[in-house]
Amino acid sequence: MSQEPKTSKSRTIDKASEKMMDKATSEKVSTAWDRFEAVKVQCSYGVKGICCRHCMLGPCRINPNDESSRGICGADAETMASRGLLRSAAAGCAAHSDHGYDVAHTLLLAAKGELPNYKIKDTKKLMAIAKEYGIDTTGKSVNEIGVLVAETAISEFEKAHGGLRFLKRMPEKRLKLWEKLGIVPEGVNSEIVTSLHRTNMGMGSDYYDTFMNSLRVSIADGWGGAMIATELTDILFGTPKPIRSKVNLGVLSEDMVNVLVHGHEPLLSMMIVEASQDKEIVELAKKAGSKGVNIAGICCTANEILMREGIPVAGNFLQQELAIVTGAVEAMVVDVQCIMPSLPSVAACYHTKIISTSKKAKVRDAIHVQFEETKAYETAKDILKIAIDNFKNRDKNKVNIPSESMDIIAGFSSETLSYMQGGVYRASYNPLVENIKNGKIFGVVGIVGCSNCKVQQDFANVTLAKELIKNNVFVVNTGCAAIASAKAGLMVPEAMELAGPGLREVCEAIGCPPILHAGSCVDNSRILVACTEMIKHGLGTDYDELPIAGAALEWMSEKAITIGNYFVAQGALVVIGVPHMVTGAPKLKKLMYEDIEGITGGKFAVEADPYKACELILNHIAAKRKKLGI
Amino acid sequence: MSKFIATAVIRGSHQVVKQAETLLKKAISEKGKDLKFEFPDTAFYLPFYYAITGIELKTLGDMEISLNHAKSMLSSEPDKKSWLPYLGEALDGGIATLFAEEIIEAVRYVYGEEPAKEPDGFTYNGFITDTILRELGIQLVDGRMPGFAAVLGAAKDSKEAVKIIRQLQERKILIFLAGEDKNGNSVTKQLRQENIELGWETYIVPLGKDTISVIYALNWAIRATMMFGGIKKGNYKDILKYTLDRVHAFALVLGELDEIKWATGAGAISMGFPAISHSKVPEVRPSGVTRYEAVVWQPDIDKIVDTSIEVRGLKIEIEKVPVPVPYGPAFEGERVRKEDTQLEFGGNKSTTFEYLRMKNMDEVSDGKIIIDGPKVDEKAGLYPLGIFVEVAGRKMQKDFESILERKIHHFLSEAHGIFHMGQRDMNWIRISKEAYEAGFRLEHLGKILHARMHSEFPAIVDKVEVTLITDEAKAKKIMVEAQKAYKERDERVAGLTDESVDLFYSCSLCQSYAPNHVCVITPERLGLCGAYNWLDGKAAFEIDPIGPNQPIVKGRTIDPVKGQWEGVNEFVYNKSNQAINFFNAYSMMDNPMTSCGCFECIIALLPEANGVMIVNRGFTEMTPCGMKFSTLAGSVGGGNQTPGFLGVGRLYLTSKKFLLADGGIKRIVWMPKELKEQLKEGIQKRGTEAGAAELIDKIADETIGTDVNTVLEFLQKVNHPALTMDPIM
Repeated sequence: MSQEPKTSKSRTIDKASEKMMDKATSEKVSTAWDRFEAVKVQCSYGVKGICCRHCMLGPCRINPNDESSRGICGADAETMASRGLLRSAAAGCAAHSDHGYDVAHTLLLAAKGELPNYKIKDTKKLMAIAKEYGIDTTGKSVNEIGVLVAETAISEFEKAHGGLRFLKRMPEKRLKLWEKLGIVPEGVNSEIVTSLHRTNMGMGSDYYDTFMNSLRVSIADGWGGAMIATELTDILFGTPKPIRSKVNLGVLSEDMVNVLVHGHEPLLSMMIVEASQDKEIVELAKKAGSKGVNIAGICCTANEILMREGIPVAGNFLQQELAIVTGAVEAMVVDVQCIMPSLPSVAACYHTKIISTSKKAKVRDAIHVQFEETKAYETAKDILKIAIDNFKNRDKNKVNIPSESMDIIAGFSSETLSYMQGGVYRASYNPLVENIKNGKIFGVVGIVGCSNCKVQQDFANVTLAKELIKNNVFVVNTGCAAIASAKAGLMVPEAMELAGPGLREVCEAIGCPPILHAGSCVDNSRILVACTEMIKHGLGTDYDELPIAGAALEWMSEKAITIGNYFVAQGALVVIGVPHMVTGAPKLKKLMYEDIEGITGGKFAVEADPYKACELILNHIAAKRKKLGI
Repeated sequence: MSKFIATAVIRGSHQVVKQAETLLKKAISEKGKDLKFEFPDTAFYLPFYYAITGIELKTLGDMEISLNHAKSMLSSEPDKKSWLPYLGEALDGGIATLFAEEIIEAVRYVYGEEPAKEPDGFTYNGFITDTILRELGIQLVDGRMPGFAAVLGAAKDSKEAVKIIRQLQERKILIFLAGEDKNGNSVTKQLRQENIELGWETYIVPLGKDTISVIYALNWAIRATMMFGGIKKGNYKDILKYTLDRVHAFALVLGELDEIKWATGAGAISMGFPAISHSKVPEVRPSGVTRYEAVVWQPDIDKIVDTSIEVRGLKIEIEKVPVPVPYGPAFEGERVRKEDTQLEFGGNKSTTFEYLRMKNMDEVSDGKIIIDGPKVDEKAGLYPLGIFVEVAGRKMQKDFESILERKIHHFLSEAHGIFHMGQRDMNWIRISKEAYEAGFRLEHLGKILHARMHSEFPAIVDKVEVTLITDEAKAKKIMVEAQKAYKERDERVAGLTDESVDLFYSCSLCQSYAPNHVCVITPERLGLCGAYNWLDGKAAFEIDPIGPNQPIVKGRTIDPVKGQWEGVNEFVYNKSNQAINFFNAYSMMDNPMTSCGCFECIIALLPEANGVMIVNRGFTEMTPCGMKFSTLAGSVGGGNQTPGFLGVGRLYLTSKKFLLADGGIKRIVWMPKELKEQLKEGIQKRGTEAGAAELIDKIADETIGTDVNTVLEFLQKVNHPALTMDPIM
């Protein structure tokens, strides 16, 4: 990090964010960037992963210049760093999985008829999952099948033995390898419990074993919690199909009641979307002097409702405070994950109400309207009423909505990918695979993850995406990285002009953007499914043979640690922009960044510079192509 | 699909579906919902819709199902800006178009408007029958037909049309013509102007006047998936994969493309068939829906056929036969009329023969063509000709002589302007004036034989020398030797019985179509397609030891009457993907042999007559079992054992092993007259041997009746032996 005082321009490439940062500064509102600079020097032990607070003997830290340095219990740098990593991976898995569990639980109650506001929307997917789960559907109603699917999904979380059902989607070769490595998870919750146990005081001190178990708990996320979240959300709310919308702060309305939904779950936000069209609400909004209610999203709640309903996206993670700074937000409704505790203090400078809704994430100084599935619609209306009531408090002098808003085509579920390559009757991944083989498409890269004020917002994600498509690499985006691409105008079909000639031909044939929005961060499971489809359609025999890579250049969340882990376990190269907090443990570092390649076929690589990251990825893909003989 | 094309396709699909809706509505109001409809000679209802969905559309009212289905698949045009993906939607529009086109043609048939006619009476082909599918199916199997082209629109002029068509013919590609350009011109009209012979014999088949008639080629091709591929109706995934992988078709578009052409083309692309356009179009080069590119622009008319072959990935060996006339199987059926003849040989008018014998390697000089006798080229007329071919090869065997010799007919008649008929010392050859003017001389007959023997039989033929004897006395001298050889060969073949050999031969040539079917070829039961006898199997194995014809060690005989052997059972079990445990070669009632779908004849049980009826491919009328050949064929093929029904080669009917276990030749109570005439001699002989000398006269045919009661009456009247035999069931 440079010593220069940061200008808003150096903090972000996004014009809307830049403008709001300047507004915040002039209005003396502190944002994440300011706090980042206030910290000045981040803990040098923490950043290396060589401190431990796991017991009351400590806290301990390791002298990075002394190999013999130990904690009081005798733990060395490797033990501390690997335990820290495993705990983070378990936390990431827990976040996605708890989300998934809630979806499964909602499906169960909805199918039982106990939730008047939810019903099964995608019966085709329900039947497909029922079949996968080995459920006998003959003579059963949709709801009866829904109950069985939900119960089976719930058992995936709760069981301690038997392995995850979705693992059967994989080619056997990979599963066999994982069995040999002992990293096949048994159930989701049990893996998290075991991970926390493993990292207790006086537990395993073998960094290799600890790291491999961090892969294991991450697999429980990718093929367990996250995948269940994706599939069951599709059942409840529909599998995403291509849909057009807009993105960036410019989607906020001058004359409507702006309600932002932020966090990660669609359960309440889908109700808020529906309720915003409710006659009573619309009338109330008009009575309050507005033209209606405008819903927009932040983070993955945004992605969930964008993918299925085309609701506009106001911004990604680092824009949550900036959205409030527009002065035009009546309410920000938050559910779970990535919610900055700073929101109420930023909101205090404007009229915005922060409304927390999850019993798992109460936000101090926010209004708490607890979300209960049984009265979801009512809750949604109550929340909207608070927002509408707050419209009168909007201070026109403080309102400045940036003009930036960009078109986006979203909705690229694995099913969409299949349909768009052949229509109803020829749906498959065949064209993708064929054009990878013939070289029109050089490879496929997933750019995922967050935004992080350690690096210029959106710069690395957007630049890498642009560089990759220029080199005929098809890019799939999820999470906040997807919102970054969208803001940069890369998620419209016209962006194919920026692609290399081969990729451009393919995009032109299909009519799709060169960079596809696959959904929220739990939807990285869709990328696992897409990779699996590629193998099934004749590209190699295992994941580590595929000309693919993952990148998370602006990551920050523990969830991203887990995602990176499961892709490395899968056999993919994962390029990260900010290193793991393990650099003080040389053996662990070598294992993660080098040796693991000989074990799972995947590995991590650190490269903050998107141009160099692109080169790294292209070389990797070239090597994989050569091995495949294509 | 570019956005331009997707837009055109979606627009076109709306137009065609609308047209179908209007026509169907009118037809229903005028003819009623319940009017039954079927295309001529097919067991597949509206074949395209049937293949994709498995739904049998039998009446005008039923067609509303496919119409509504088509409507549900229409989408709106892509937006100008920030459009949504359109490929899936466009391909759906293409399929909807084909559903609708099938309805349109059906309604036109109802009104007698199809097959279409020109004012001068010229009639287009219209719907393609199951019979033709079966006949050409064999050619698909043996590779004689590498694929088909649907040629749409019109060429710049008629000369150019001929040029394109000749290029296709030379490459053995079946040609369908359809559609007009915007001026109402078409390749069909252009070829007629040039007096080009059109029809199945020349591989040039005009389907209809407008683009919509292309559906006939497509709903013909899609039937192959069920008939030969054994894929179940409605299994659209496998059906469309099969058309992509195995039906090597493409569209060659001349002139500008309108929206209906684009929409129809999108349907064809869904089947894996690319389009090659002569006029400028935006190309769709990424592969995946099609094997390679989907839409390609080729402005050079001389290259358009080569480009098509490349784009569709056709496997064509263009044998470089060094003759100055076009060469290919498309010319096999052509005749040379007397007044067009330059040179004529034989036809009972002069001494001629063709004889092939093997010699030692050092006795044959490869490529040598000798004219032994006077030069006959210059003066038109009738001459004697002995075609004497000497072949040497390390793996050549005496048994192969007849197989190679039999090929002389195909090899010579595939040259444009050369007519060949008959074999041995009963052959007849004409060389046309046109061929002569193009530079074709007598020696070219030798050159053809040399080139083709090498290309066809590379494994057994190393050297070929041809002597063309035009001297009457010399010809007669060699002919004596030839006639001696003919006799010896016949005796050797006649002496071959199932008991006298230890090896049978398998044929799994059709497994690409019927994956569980294995033909077992024995000396007394030839392959059911009629194309392969035991000697052919033997030769084929020598030629290609890992090919589809493998020796089967007969092993212990389990049942000599039913025709069951241990070694054969084991072989069949393994090669049928363990689907068939065993079978009886001489029974149609008890675990009979399976059929691929290429059979020449079907034997069907007639329980009322205690006998069997036989119907040959090509007989399209009703039969006493209540089913036409096409319907019967649908239930016999596909590699399943179907007791009571059996597909066979026609020569098996006069074999001593014919239904040996079920009572033999005396069981035959009905067969088409034409077939009876063809096999007359054999039936008489075998009837006499079986103690029923007048059998031939007791077998009913269609002139007696095609319903079982009439036939039964006749059988009783003539006291047919089957009536008093043991119960067949």
